[in-house]
Amino acid sequence: MIIAEQKPFKEIYESVKDSEKLLVLGCGTCVTVCMAGGEKEVGVLANQIRLAAGKDGGKIEVTEHTITRQCDEEFFDEGASEKIKEADSVLSLGCGVGVQHIVQLYPDVVVRPGVNTQFYGATLQQGIWTERCAGCGECVLERFEGICPIARCSKSLMNGPCGGSSNGMCEVDPENTECAWQLIYDRMKRLNKLDKLMDYQPPKDWSHDRDGGPRSVSREDVLF
Amino acid sequence: MESEAGEREPVIIAFCCHYCAFTAADLAGTMRQQYPTNIRIVRLPCTGKVYVNMLLEAFVDGADGVMVAGCEEGSCHFLEGNYRAKKRVNYAKQKIEEVGINPEKLEMYHIGASEGPLFARKAREFTERIRKLMQEENEPENQIQNEK
Repeated sequence: MIIAEQKPFKEIYESVKDSEKLLVLGCGTCVTVCMAGGEKEVGVLANQIRLAAGKDGGKIEVTEHTITRQCDEEFFDEGASEKIKEADSVLSLGCGVGVQHIVQLYPDVVVRPGVNTQFYGATLQQGIWTERCAGCGECVLERFEGICPIARCSKSLMNGPCGGSSNGMCEVDPENTECAWQLIYDRMKRLNKLDKLMDYQPPKDWSHDRDGGPRSVSREDVLF
Repeated sequence: MESEAGEREPVIIAFCCHYCAFTAADLAGTMRQQYPTNIRIVRLPCTGKVYVNMLLEAFVDGADGVMVAGCEEGSCHFLEGNYRAKKRVNYAKQKIEEVGINPEKLEMYHIGASEGPLFARKAREFTERIRKLMQEENEPENQIQNEK
């Protein structure tokens, strides 16, 4: 899923303090799971804005709403649309995709982002999320038996490890970040496939990544 | 609510767990222990029921102080509800500080069911703390700061 983190309150408040009718719009998918922009976070942030505005003497009328997914038009039902149109600003707690999708669907509404979108990650335990995929556009997991050197090696090395691997940890953050190449080695050893590591891995074709410009996917068979 | 001196009396919400702090509050009454009428108790099955927005909402609705009172550490009826509440109270303290409310206006206490006098004492102490903070905020130089 997409992992996001709420922006500092000061930054959020600065961006919305001039609005009179503000809608705090949450998203019920990724950002709910990573506890950055779901219904609960919408409630907390809306109340923070109410309290800050009260102290400032400002008069922001704050409403709250959360939809299942901000990145799909079908979830912007009548109720959500009405609330968006009534507001002069929308503070979206969806990821960057959600923010842009609201702008596209409601061109007259000012939309502000409430979260910093971080990465595609997994939940290690409640409250800890970590990067697992870089969305590079050409998956190489088969070659490395399910451990991604692009997303999990600090240098994205295709032929690792580098000299910064020590006791299984990466020199970039020895306390928290495991060396992806140690993980790859351990995995190959477990599967009796160490010889696979003798293969030279050619440079990655980055044209499938962002380097090829903004990407899109289309499926003719499901198009209406 | 105003005091005899004409100052506004603080409104304090106390979220108390059924098994310990609420029982202690009940006992305080039975024992004729005095504690300020500023305290409005909301009984919860466990302080583990407390969520961050519940605390913020109390402030939005006009509370001057919020206390959460649960079981003593290690004796939660639901094993670790009070530990969870403590974490959430600490998080909520950060959240109210971000909007310019003194985090001292929110506090977590651990009070056993048999500790009626302790509940009364904590209620008195917390009410005094809130009263003092409100007075400080109303002092002219702080008002200018607040306006800035």
